Amino acid sequence: MALYSEKVMDHFRNPRNVGMIEDADGVGEAGNAVCGDIMKIYLKIEDGIVSDVKFETFGCGSAIASSSMATELIKGKPLPEVLKLTNKAVTEALDGLPAHKLHCSVLAEEAIRAAVKDYCDRQGIAYDPEAFPDCGSCEGCHG
Amino acid sequence: MIYADNAATTKMSGAAINAMLNCMEETWGNPSSLYGLGQRAKDALEEARERLAACIGASPKEITFTSGGSEADNQAIRSAAALGARKGKRHIVSTAFEHHAVLHALKKLESEGFEVELLPVGKLGTVTAQQVAEAIREDTALVTIMYANNEIGSVLPISQIGAVCRARGVLFHTDAVQAAGHLSIDVNAQSIDLLSLSAHKFHGPKGVGVLYARQGIPLSSLIEGGAQERGKRAGTENVPAIVGMAAALEEACAHMDENTAKVSALRDRLIAGLSQIPYASLNGDPVNRLPGNVSFCFEGVEGESLLLLLDDRGICASSGSACTSGSLDPSHVLLSIGRPHEVAHGSLRLSLCDENTEADVEAILNAVPEIVGYLRGISPLWKDKLSGKREFVL
Repeated sequence: MALYSEKVMDHFRNPRNVGMIEDADGVGEAGNAVCGDIMKIYLKIEDGIVSDVKFETFGCGSAIASSSMATELIKGKPLPEVLKLTNKAVTEALDGLPAHKLHCSVLAEEAIRAAVKDYCDRQGIAYDPEAFPDCGSCEGCHG
Repeated sequence: MIYADNAATTKMSGAAINAMLNCMEETWGNPSSLYGLGQRAKDALEEARERLAACIGASPKEITFTSGGSEADNQAIRSAAALGARKGKRHIVSTAFEHHAVLHALKKLESEGFEVELLPVGKLGTVTAQQVAEAIREDTALVTIMYANNEIGSVLPISQIGAVCRARGVLFHTDAVQAAGHLSIDVNAQSIDLLSLSAHKFHGPKGVGVLYARQGIPLSSLIEGGAQERGKRAGTENVPAIVGMAAALEEACAHMDENTAKVSALRDRLIAGLSQIPYASLNGDPVNRLPGNVSFCFEGVEGESLLLLLDDRGICASSGSACTSGSLDPSHVLLSIGRPHEVAHGSLRLSLCDENTEADVEAILNAVPEIVGYLRGISPLWKDKLSGKREFVL
């Protein structure tokens, strides 16, 4: 049994939506250098819909694959739906991750939430702060 | 495939395979049995013991066969600790960058009331005999210091450390797992009291090793049972593996000079080539270094991604990043030489042997800069460094 599923390796080797958006409407980052993974998500929003998304990631194979898959899952989706993206959905879409790599999918979820929050802040859109808890679920940094 | 992970394990040599096959076909009896078949196995076992002893300047009765380096380390340390405790000595000196087989054995002793002092290894990744001399106390039971470091390749001044310990009457153990078969070992000239080695690091089989214990040092057994190995290591001897280990070590020692010359030339070309990558830094002692070890940290990339992309190009290597260790922290060895976490995550170890070629080196030198460049290109950490938002560390 290989460490990663074929889907993880596909998204690692050929990451979708990699890069940055110069005039992004929202930018979010999760993770830190000490833990060994940082994800940055750039969003372009038109009419409340994610019209474009890009990512940059410093991290292991599953971190890059999780970022890639997460961007695929939110592209073209309205914001309320984007906020419903869970790390579980990212993991399932990748046909699973090894237990000690699950935090990579959490980072993807957190980076996307941070980008949406940044968009709302910039636009002055009111939101429930509880919808955007501080980074804290990653055991890698907080466990 | 380019195999550049010889510090993890080595491919078995033809001599070792033949010796094992021959043993499995001809001398497969139990060495404890009385009849001819058993006694021939006993002869094969004792002949292997003599040959292994000769490779390190020991006498055969000072050789105990174990399941490998970890068991040998554990038995050496527990034996020395038990001896010390009988005399009221409960202080042990070691280094911060030992293998976990040593560090975890010491941790256990700490919980049993021993005091363990881990010497800092500095930026270069080594300790001096002077440091050891200053650490030794009246109640020091053991000094245990590795011969060469498995991750960063530093070779330590074992002869000088041995001399200090001998002069102060303190037992000296060295974990020589990375040294055996690659660097010359003479337990008498180097004043070594206890030494561990592992066959699969010098083209022998896995699951077998040696604990050398100077005559007169009583060993405590870790495994109770039959009277094998003079009652110090119960269990029917793994004769084929032991015979294979002897063949492998003999061959490695016979060709040590030519192998060292060849492998260190390849190593130096790799080091020179990889040093061209910006914000890359060699880990470990650049001068006193294992012939096959190349260890680098690359800023702004993560080691596991690097390994996976190297694997895609048929290159087998390893890293001290947290993601490859299965734990949350990067390698304790890289942290011990002062590498910050973020840089330690971006480490790459290539370990060569005499089967590697110049073409291998060329292929690695083509692949690594490209992959590092690609990973930096998608790394927000690298981008922040380039823009001045974060500082470069290396």
